[in-house]
Formats: sequence, C-alpha cells, structure tokens
Amino acid sequence: MSQETDLITDIEAPVYLSYNFTAGRAPTRFLTQVKKGVLTGQRCPDCANVYIPPRGSCPACGVATQEEVVLPDKATVQSFTIVSIPIPNNPIQPPFVIANLVLDGANIAFIHLLSECENEQVHIGQRVQAVWKPEQEWDYALDNIRYFKPINETDVPVAMIGRVPVAGWEG
Amino acid sequence: MAELAAVVGIGQTRYMTKRGDVSIAGLVREAAVNALRDADLGWDDVEAVIIGKAPDMFEGVVMPEAYLCDALGCNGKPMLRVHTAGSVGGSTALVAASHVQSGTFKRVLTVTFEKQSESNAMWALSTPQPFAVHLNAGAGGYFAPIIREYMRRSQAPYDVGMKVAVKDRLHGARNPLSHLQKPDITLREVEESFMLWDPIRFLEACPSSDGACAMVIASADLVAQSPKPPAWIRGVAMRTEPTMYAGREEVNPQAGRDCAADVYRQAAISDPRRDLDCAEVYVPFSWYEPMWLENLGFAGEGEGWKLTVAGATSLDEGGDIPWNPSGGVLCSNPIGASGMIRFAEAARQVRGDAGAHQVEGARLALGHAYGGGAQFFAMWVVGADKP
Amino acid sequence: MAGLSTQIAIVAYHQSDCVAHAGAANEVELIMPQLRAVFDQVGLANAQDVDFVCSGSCDYLQGAAFAFVAGVDALGAVPPIRESHVEMDAAWALYEAVLKIRMGHARSALVYGFGKSSTGELPTVLSQQLDPYYLAPLWVDTVSLAAMQARLLLDRQLITERDMAAVVSRSRKNAMANPHAQLSGEISVDELLEAESLVAPLRKSDCSPVADGAAAVIICTVEQARQWRVPYALISGIDHRIETHNLGMRDLTDSVSTRQSACSAGYRDGPLDVAELYAPFSHQEIILSRALSLDAGTCINPSGGVLAGNLMMASGLARIGEVFNRVVTGEARRGLAHATSGPCLQHNLVAVLESA
Repeated sequence: MSQETDLITDIEAPVYLSYNFTAGRAPTRFLTQVKKGVLTGQRCPDCANVYIPPRGSCPACGVATQEEVVLPDKATVQSFTIVSIPIPNNPIQPPFVIANLVLDGANIAFIHLLSECENEQVHIGQRVQAVWKPEQEWDYALDNIRYFKPINETDVPVAMIGRVPVAGWEG
Repeated sequence: MAELAAVVGIGQTRYMTKRGDVSIAGLVREAAVNALRDADLGWDDVEAVIIGKAPDMFEGVVMPEAYLCDALGCNGKPMLRVHTAGSVGGSTALVAASHVQSGTFKRVLTVTFEKQSESNAMWALSTPQPFAVHLNAGAGGYFAPIIREYMRRSQAPYDVGMKVAVKDRLHGARNPLSHLQKPDITLREVEESFMLWDPIRFLEACPSSDGACAMVIASADLVAQSPKPPAWIRGVAMRTEPTMYAGREEVNPQAGRDCAADVYRQAAISDPRRDLDCAEVYVPFSWYEPMWLENLGFAGEGEGWKLTVAGATSLDEGGDIPWNPSGGVLCSNPIGASGMIRFAEAARQVRGDAGAHQVEGARLALGHAYGGGAQFFAMWVVGADKP
Repeated sequence: MAGLSTQIAIVAYHQSDCVAHAGAANEVELIMPQLRAVFDQVGLANAQDVDFVCSGSCDYLQGAAFAFVAGVDALGAVPPIRESHVEMDAAWALYEAVLKIRMGHARSALVYGFGKSSTGELPTVLSQQLDPYYLAPLWVDTVSLAAMQARLLLDRQLITERDMAAVVSRSRKNAMANPHAQLSGEISVDELLEAESLVAPLRKSDCSPVADGAAAVIICTVEQARQWRVPYALISGIDHRIETHNLGMRDLTDSVSTRQSACSAGYRDGPLDVAELYAPFSHQEIILSRALSLDAGTCINPSGGVLAGNLMMASGLARIGEVFNRVVTGEARRGLAHATSGPCLQHNLVAVLESA
C-alpha cells in the first residue's frame, strides 16, 4: 500500500540539558588536595575506618566524617578484571586491567586502571604504586593518577587486604 | 496481620531489542491489557496503578507516570512510581502488594517496563560521573572483579558460568516471550564468544531488551472473580545496604541473606532447596547463579557451583530445583521490568500457567530481584495454596 | 488494630533552609542534617531505630542516573535496612510508608526527600516530563505551561492579576515567621504589580523560588509514639489521584484530583484550621483553595507556602510537616496538607492531620 511509505514510525528528538555540577564539601576538600598531588582519606569517628575518595559520611554508621588522613600512593589489589571495551578519550588500549585498589592506610577500595604490567600476571594481593601525570596537567580529579603499576613488594595475604597501615606493607 | 493478597492476572510483552511498532505508552498498555485479559477483568476493576522502571535516562522521559497515566486507565485514580535501581521490578511488585495487604485497596494493577531502544541505556549506565575517574566500566566492570573473587574463594571450575549461560538460554527457548531464542546454544559457542570483562564473556551476559510486565493483585475476597488459579503471596521482603563501606562482603551480600531469611520466615520455609519447587532469580551475569545459590541458602558457602554442575537447577536435566525456567535475565532484560518478570514468572509456575517451561507440580516458588551495586534486594514467595 | 484502621502519627519533621544554591554539598551532605534533626527530635540514633525508610527524589534534577542511591550513605544502613524509593516528591514516599505500617510490616518509618535543582535549569528539565512524542520535542517549560493556565483563569475572569499578587504578598508576609524561608518580607500588591512580566501573565514573583535542600519526617503507629513519649499529630486520612496528561482534556482552572483526594481523605469531617497547599505558582493557590471550597476559617499557607521557597522533591513532604508543626504546638487542631506533581497540577495528594 502506498500509504505505508507515509507512515512515521519514529522521530529523533535530541535532548540537550546542561548541568553545572558541584562536588560536595568533603569531595571538594579531597579534590583540592589531589590537585596538589596529595591523597587524603577521611576517618569515621565511630568505626575508625578510613574512606577514600571521601563523601562526607561513613555509609555504615551514617555519621559525618571530618578527620582527614594523608595517604601514600601505594596500594594493594583487592580484585580486578581484564576489560576488552575501550574507554572514550583514553589512550589505553584493550585488553587492559581495571582493579579495586586499597591504598595503604585506607579501609575501602576504589577503582582505577593498572598498566605497565602483564595482564595475566595481575593477581589479588599484588602491590602497586601510582603513576602520576606530569604535574602541570594536574586538575581536581583522581585521574591525575594515570594508572597504577606493580612494584617489587611481597604480596599482601587476602585477610590483610584493606588493613595495611599508612606506613606500608613490610611483607 | 497483613491482609491476604494474590496475583490474579499476569501480562507480558514479547521481549526484543527494539519494539519499533509501539510507543512507550503502547508498550505498557500491551502488558497491562494482557494482564487484565488474563484476570478476565476490565479497566474499571482496577482501583490504583503502581508503575516502576529504572532510571528515567534510559528513555529520556522525566517521571513518566505523568505521561503514562492515560495509557493505564489511571485518570482519577491513585498512581505511584517506584524506583529502586535494578531491583525496581521486584520492589514495584512489593509496593503494589502492600496496597492490598494494607487493606487500603482491593485490586490494583502494577506495570514495569523499559524501552531501552528509545535512548541509550548503556550510555545512561556509564556516563562520566563528575569528579570521578571515567573508566566506562559499566555494570560488567563492576561485577567482574566480584565474580573473580567468588571463583578464587570457591575454587569452582572455570566453566561453571558457561554452563549457566547454556542452561538459561535452553530454558528461554521454551519461552516464546524470551528475547534470546537459542535452542542450539553450546558450551563451546559460549566459550568462544568475546571476553568482555574477564571472566564475563559476551554470551554470559544479559541482552538489552524492550519490554513490559504487568500483574493484577487482588484481595482474597475478589480472587474468585478471576478464572485462573491465583498465586497467593506468602512472603514479601526488601533489604538495602550501602554500595560501599569498609569491610563490606560483596560476594555474598548481607542484605541478600537477610532479605531471604525474612521472606523464608514469612513463608515457613526452613530449607529453600527442599521447600521450594523452583525459583526465578535475577542472574544478569552467568556466575551469579552459583553465587546467589549460596546467598539465598540453597547451598552452603563455596558450594553453589556444585548444584549448577550437577544440573540441579536445570529443567532439561530434570533438576530438583529449576532456576529461571523462563530463561531469566540472561534471556530477556528490559531493566526496569526484569525484577517483576522474575516475580511474575514465579507466580505463573504456581498457577500451573507457565506453558512449555512449566515446572511440573510447582506449588511454591521464589521471585528475586536485586539492583545497584548488589545492594537493593526485593523478594517474594508465592504459592498455590491459600495461607 | 490493623489495616486501614491502624492509627498512624507523625512524630518529627525537619527541613533545610531554602536556598537557591546549596553550593558544594552533595546528596549525603544535604540529607544528613535533616535526618539527624528528626532522629534527635524522637531520641533515635539512626535508621536502625526505625522499621522502614522511604525517600523521594528525581535523578534528572541532579543530572545523574542513580543520584538517589547516594542518599543511602546518609542512613547508617549497616546492618541492612528495609528501604524503598519513589521517583516523586517525598509526600508519595510517605504514602508508601503509610501502607507499610498499615500492613503490619513496620511500626515506624523515616521518610525524606531531597533535590539539588541548581545544577540544571529546572523548568527546561521538567519539559521532558511531557509526552515524549508530541510535547517534549516542543520544549515547553513548566513556567510557560503555568502561564497558559493563569491566562485561562484571567480570560474567564475567574481571577485578576491583583488576586495573584495578593497571594504573593500574603505568602511573603507569612514567610517572615518561617526560619527556613528563601523569600519573605512586606511587599504590597501594588509594588508587585509594578514589575514586568516574566512569562506573561506571570511575573517572577508569581513563580516559586526553587531551592536546593532536603526534608525529613518520622511516622509511626500511635502505640509507638506513646512508647517514645513524643507529641504527635494523627494522619486521619491520606489519598492521592492523578488526572489525564492531556492538558487540553482537563479543566485547568479547577483541580478535580485535589478535591477527589481530599474527599477520600475525609477533609470535610471537621473544621480545618490550616491548609498548606503546594502551589508553585500564585494562581494555583487560588485554584486549589477554590477546588476545596476553603473558607475564611482556614488559614492558607501560614508557612508562606512554596512561594517562599520550593524544595523540589521535598516540598510536598514539607507541607505535611508544616501542618504537623502547627498541630503539635496547639496552633491548629485540624489541618490539610497538599502535594502536587506533574504539569499544571496533574497529580495531587492530600493528607489530613489532627491533634491527638
């Protein structure tokens, strides 16, 4: 039927909405430090766990966190996966590793990239260190750290992951 | 103390990548009309409508209940819209049931849906969050490390996930509504499919589907007005925990365990594997079957994979506790509806109305949904017998 | 006592100050002080001490899918809690909590709503709430729709621009007694009418100032309120209705669903000392009070209403809270609280509160 070619079955209606995001107070403090190349966590006054990146509260206790703790940029791999899907605007080529990393002195993991490693060699408990972008590129963002790379330290046993002190892991 | 309530009508749409033949309103109305027909009722028999769906950005319609009011015959009636991330299909069913269980209404219609083809769900799930490192990880990137940890703890053989992927697609081949129709799927085909986030291969992950699911829930005194046997609601539970906190057990979330314990207590279930006839469980990535078998108490810690390997959860292998006889989320995944599809399919089983994927003699079934970073859980138990 | 006959009470309420921009404050930081305040009013530690939590918010206001999930971090949800969420004003979250209590699965509930509308342009964001095929591509914002509604009222000579300005003047004056108000002060009808129109016939003053912030309420059974030994207001009735989405198919000069909800909630069962009406535009307050046939014996919006400050996603809950405040202080014996959602008062909720 010729009428069929006249039927409109869908329309494209682009939606453009502009948002001006602000970080919360606690993330703002955190990001201000990150811009200077310093990693800080916040400690819960009730359970004493250190959160990074901090969001201003301890989700377990439901209380505000104030106390700031400076943390080194060494971490332990808590878990990871090998990804085959590229990241837009990121030069890293698949397959690459993203991992949940716990910084020394922190009690919670955050997700970041691993590189300068053999994907097959990555394992839970592995010790890694941040590789930062050049200082002149630093901004208010955790991707001032380009990625983490393995370092020559003994693995952390599974039971100790998330409990390594700020001073580091002696092995 | 709660009033008795039962599912008296169920309606679903055929799940597929793109329903280009209906608008969003048309999609939800189709499911709703199917549910009313199933219950032999009309729009005037519905006192309130409860809808649910996942983030509005999946279709680009803000607070769609305003727009969908007319398609669902809701002009002049109460309308509520639930949103609890991926578990929303399940929690919507629970909120709908509470309308009747609270004694406030006698009969309600509940619909969940997703028309992901109209926007870009994958984009909505992984838009760069302000002030966060953009890894485009998506849901798989979040769950893959947790799966690896399960594999490490349980020392499960590497092909357990693939077996689930095959089993659920074979179940789906019995279900004419299923998005993925793969009656000839093999373990080898799954193993050779593209590895997305190790260890999750393409064929071990859920599809992205358009679809809607609806149910009519009624009070005990109105059940007889509908011709088919009702699915009595025997237990309802929801639990939430924060996405991340220090010491959180991510492989076997406490919220899931607590939610299951609560719903089992209400339904007088002491041994889920023995007491239940089947379960429709939210498994979007294959390895979540063994993990949830443990989380939901069907197997001891570290033992879930053994049930899968033994064929206990397979209809085709004559397992004693079929899981996802409908094909589950691995076959059809309209995100906002997936949870309700689990609840509705559990209800179909105990009504003896599941067609070619019927578990013979099923009288007690579990419906399960989860969402977010495996932090929102919603479950119900439905039975053929009036409590 | 069970089901519909369960007596449910409001025992606590708090809201943040209405500010146009909350600045550097994320969801958790907006919500936590309000939760702390209501917990303290009752003597509770955190969400572990209530049986159910339900919240209301809208991701699109913040511009991030799953924005509401962040709110869970403010609750202290370890061990896991019973929690749910509606993508609507928190007044509807309160409705869900009422059902939970009536079915006997909770004796108490925390309800909260929050929104950070300042990140986006709210009227434009809400234009995407309209029918996605016919209306949303026209990008008709909420102010323009409300202006059309006001134009209908004026053309039919149901109101005058002076009437609208009188609502604004009274609201601003009442707001002087409201510590959370964003806009308050003495301003005459003539002064208001001197201003140019924003979207004719609406002036900027006819439109509620949108605020970032949060509000929280605790409800429970009357037995629980007595155990906690706290003053309470009874929710003697609560109902909500939605109308057709097609603006051309309903009488925009009336609010049928408000009247239906109010009747169902039993608002005429006694005199109403106070009514808090969620009217984001001045002319809508007149529509609502006429729809309910409120007389001079009912004080409308003693808080200043949302014309004094509109906490998106929490204003409906705040109306309920404002009536609660007046009931427990004895200022009112019986009051009505109203919440609205959708374009031009499409969806309305009414709660009737009474003194114990």
